[in-house]
Amino acid sequence: MFSNFDFDIIIRSLPYLFYDGMTFTLTLTALATLGGIVFGTALALMRLSGLAPLSILAAGYVNLMRSVPLVLMIFWFYFLVPYLGQWLTAASQPIRVGPFTSSLVTFMVFEAAYFCEIMRAGIQSIPRGQVWAAQALGMRYPTTMLYIVLPQAFRNMVPVLLTQTIILFQDTSLVYVLSITDFLGAASKIAQRDGRLVEMYLFAALVYFVISLAASHCVRLLQRRIAIVR
Amino acid sequence: MNYYWNWGIFWQVSPDAAHTYLQTLLLGTAWTLATALVAWILALTLGSLVGVMRTTPHPWLVRIGNAYVELFRNVPLLVQMFLWYFVLPELVPRGIGTWLKQLPDASFYTAVVALGFYTSARVAEQVRAGITSLPSGQRLAALALGLTLPQAYRYVLLPMAYRIILPPLTSEFLNVIKNSAVALTIGLMELTARARSMQEFSFQVFEAFTAATLIYIAINIAVTFAMRRTERRVAVPGYIGMAPPATAE
Repeated sequence: MFSNFDFDIIIRSLPYLFYDGMTFTLTLTALATLGGIVFGTALALMRLSGLAPLSILAAGYVNLMRSVPLVLMIFWFYFLVPYLGQWLTAASQPIRVGPFTSSLVTFMVFEAAYFCEIMRAGIQSIPRGQVWAAQALGMRYPTTMLYIVLPQAFRNMVPVLLTQTIILFQDTSLVYVLSITDFLGAASKIAQRDGRLVEMYLFAALVYFVISLAASHCVRLLQRRIAIVR
Repeated sequence: MNYYWNWGIFWQVSPDAAHTYLQTLLLGTAWTLATALVAWILALTLGSLVGVMRTTPHPWLVRIGNAYVELFRNVPLLVQMFLWYFVLPELVPRGIGTWLKQLPDASFYTAVVALGFYTSARVAEQVRAGITSLPSGQRLAALALGLTLPQAYRYVLLPMAYRIILPPLTSEFLNVIKNSAVALTIGLMELTARARSMQEFSFQVFEAFTAATLIYIAINIAVTFAMRRTERRVAVPGYIGMAPPATAE
């Protein structure tokens, strides 16, 4: 079964896998998480604003994003982003967009819907008395949100946000459909070039497994620490 | 936007010379639903089994159940698909491997198995959560009445647990439908793949993706609506209604 296993191919391709592939995957994960949280928080505030047009718009957006597969969204944005860029920059031609920008926009926009729901739950977990107290102290809406509600909501939701980031990390493997060299893309390219599918895919699975498992253990530890503080 | 819109494209004949583009999309929808349904049955069966294992008083069963969930939750679905499709036939004895590779509709069976196992880990989490959310008195009372452990699960714990976890199970079912799109990487011609190939042949990118998006939304609404009705029918009397169904993980 493992008799004609070529472990050497894994060793030889390590620099390519990690330096090219994993760097892309981790950069994409980090930036998409940041963008997703910022955009998602804005959406959550819109949903909870009490202004009907804003909350309907945000709810529609979240439901739309959560109804379609990520793969379809990746294709959508791959073709849409050049036109969006043209519209934003008022250029005469659809602008050329690299695979990194395209996938980054996709993941930010897509994950924002999921981060929105997390932040909404976080904001709703804050007792209403705090908002009243802030208003009684003379704070306006932006001040109340920025200094009172959001910091606490964010802190309560850190474990959930991080769990979503782990899901996002695994989901970035789907940029494979655009033939991008992320970690899985790099493994797959070597696998197909050298006909070593078994070794490369098993190794890729192992790496994803170890990283995700370690990360979710850290989240669990963090959760326990936060739980003690409160 | 200088994009040439042509909504009439759906009534034109696709390169397979037998179906219009609209028909190819509907065929894709059928594959999506078939894959999702069969995978869901597999996921529900395996997931319930593992979920129950994790709540039994036997530490080894709990450990095996936990390991199972960690294994299938921490590897991306796409990688799992590749493992089932490309790697498994190489690891089994040669005869079986060749048979697997030559199977007609191999990508369908692979997608079902991969999606089924992947989702079963999530279902197992829900089933376990449902069982542990029950007051421990229920299990103790069942055992005190002389029911065996399997009987206690069959007649007391599971009927309650399933009714409690119906909303998260709905989300998981919606996830299976969406996740079936990942199977396009192993050549399954489901809805997203059909939209993609329509885009490649007709160059009408946005029409093709709009149609696919609308079909996914329609499926989503239909499933959510049906499940809400079911939830109301099976709601446990005396419990604070069901939480509003979330549509995703």
